[in-house]
Amino acid sequence: MTKMVPVPSRGIIPERDVDKRPILETHHLGIDFGGLTAVDDISLTIGRTEISGLIGPNGAGKTTVFNMLTNVYQPTRGTILLDGKPTAGKTTAQVNRMGIARTFQNIRLFSNMSVLDNVKVGLHNEIKENLFASVTHAFGYVKAERKARERALELLDFFSMADMADAEAGSLPYGAQRRLEIVRALATNPGIILLDEPAAGMNPSETAELMENIRRIRDTFGIAVLLIEHDMSLVMNLCEGICVLDHGKVIAKGSPDEIKQNPAVIEAYLGKKKEAE
Amino acid sequence: MLKFKSLKKTTRTAVTSYGIILVAFAIMFPLQQFGLLSNAMAGQLVPICTYIVMAISLNLTVGVLGELSLGHAGFMSVGAFCGAITSSALQEVIPAAPLRLLVAIIIGGIFAGIAGLLVGIPVLRLRGDYLAIVTLAFGEIIRNIINCLYVGVDKRGLHISMKDIASLGMENGRVIINGPQGAVGITRISTFASGIVLILFTLFIVLNLMNSRTGRAITAIRDNRIAAESVGISITKYKLTAFITSSVLAGMAGALYAMNFSTVAAKKFDFNTSILILVFVVLGGMGNITGSIIATTILYMVPEILREFSDYRMLIYAIVLILVMLFTNSAKAKLFRERVFDFVLRRKKNEEEEGVKND
Ligand SMILES: Nc1ncnc2c1ncn2[C@@H]1O[C@H](COP(=O)(O)OP(=O)(O)OP(=O)(O)O)[C@@H](O)[C@H]1O
Ligand SMILES: [Mg+2]
Repeated sequence: MTKMVPVPSRGIIPERDVDKRPILETHHLGIDFGGLTAVDDISLTIGRTEISGLIGPNGAGKTTVFNMLTNVYQPTRGTILLDGKPTAGKTTAQVNRMGIARTFQNIRLFSNMSVLDNVKVGLHNEIKENLFASVTHAFGYVKAERKARERALELLDFFSMADMADAEAGSLPYGAQRRLEIVRALATNPGIILLDEPAAGMNPSETAELMENIRRIRDTFGIAVLLIEHDMSLVMNLCEGICVLDHGKVIAKGSPDEIKQNPAVIEAYLGKKKEAE
Repeated sequence: MLKFKSLKKTTRTAVTSYGIILVAFAIMFPLQQFGLLSNAMAGQLVPICTYIVMAISLNLTVGVLGELSLGHAGFMSVGAFCGAITSSALQEVIPAAPLRLLVAIIIGGIFAGIAGLLVGIPVLRLRGDYLAIVTLAFGEIIRNIINCLYVGVDKRGLHISMKDIASLGMENGRVIINGPQGAVGITRISTFASGIVLILFTLFIVLNLMNSRTGRAITAIRDNRIAAESVGISITKYKLTAFITSSVLAGMAGALYAMNFSTVAAKKFDFNTSILILVFVVLGGMGNITGSIIATTILYMVPEILREFSDYRMLIYAIVLILVMLFTNSAKAKLFRERVFDFVLRRKKNEEEEGVKND
């Protein structure tokens, strides 16, 4: 799995081609809810350091795809290969340990805990101490706690949040809460991170900062990013590959330029938006 | 200047909790030793210690883990009867009372922990509030089983029967558990000091756990299960950890409690007792360990003190319930408490500084 070793951002492009095997593959993925097909026949391939987008109108099934990728929902059909290994039958927690982390459309922080503790929870499987150490506060507890604290602060600092470490997570402004969710997900040291509408509710300057951060995540941690987003300029500027869903089905796949010119997409998605304006 | 509020929250909780217990011991122990307490009061010391341990341990399940348990007294009774059997059976083997008490408490804790495991494994895998109903049933089942349990000891060892004493088939043996009468002929080896030690042990376990990797995982599950799973936390594992820890501590409290009386019947550990402990926890504040200690002490003492005012007893009790709830849970009360502690600490600091000047 991708290690959290900083990769120099210059010269990253040649290095990216070292490992050609995709980090994530899905084959004909589909799910029914009580006989109703919500998502059907999704086949995706995502490279190890690729930034990809999953877009589509409201209710298209984007979040449902994320829920299948993380085994929150068990897919009715199809297979998911994470780093070449099938995830069928695994729990959400096990899939995370296999290398997939995510954020949520409706923010899900541990809102009564401090910012620092939220990130420490993310480090759960990265920095371990056993139950005996937990109960006695000895036998490696101090060392593990210090290590967790240092790593958590390091990660927070990466997103200029170190000064908020002691604040209660629920009391943070909206944008900071979204950033904290990303930090917490990164703390699990994933090979791919899924972001569900990371720019929702952000103003243009926050969105610009977010785009910069997503690039930095890819460059620094050398991992893949798959994001759901309604902000088209963000998607078109950031993503190398885009997949468009409508009514649970893939209607187009390709580079931003290809997507922009695809008539089916304009019809289903961009066209609708124009009408609404 | 040393400010109580500026300390980390976890440190504050630890200082307050250990502080209250140590101060209470420092005041009550001499009074008890010199016989200055009324008989009724002296008799309540060990039960109060027991119920404080019960409340703290239940708070781990209800407040920290966020699962409702309605059968905490069931685990207490497992500990009580296993402890009583251990102590009676080992009377000749371990003559030293404190050591025998320690062994009985440990055995009581282990068996309650096993009961917790058996209840927890099937239930805590499910999503939803199944734990409440299953622990409720567990409490009732355990009580009914012990009601028709006969245990005796003779030279050949332990004898167990579910019928009557005769079917134990003992030669010159001693009956330890006599059906509906419960555990009989217990040597009363629990002491106030051992109760305080058990509270300190419980605080050590629970406060340390809360402020650790394991505790963060447990709290994360309570705050947001889906998010906790998404960062790789095994839900069942940590739910079980919290629940079993809570059961073990309840079993230890049960053993301490049993050894304070010469007889203990199973009906003492019924649904009402479970609810009483839950009331202590809720009124003391979910996840608030200090609150559990304060609420238990006050709410356990008040009915005893009010015995003389029998007519108004329930009325005053209700008022006290409300006051305790306000004191432990409102933001203003929290602020007030912090001020009080600030004041105390500042005085201490000033005294120290003056002491330095005088030198
Ligand atoms: N657990 C469920 N049970 C039944 N139907 C569901 C469930 N989850 C999702 N759906 C349905 O699947 C469809 C896709 O929902 P989903 O949340 O994936 O859309 P989305 O593309 O993320 O939309 P949005 O842009 O609004 O977030 C919706 O019609 C929704 O009602
Ligand atoms: Mg969605």
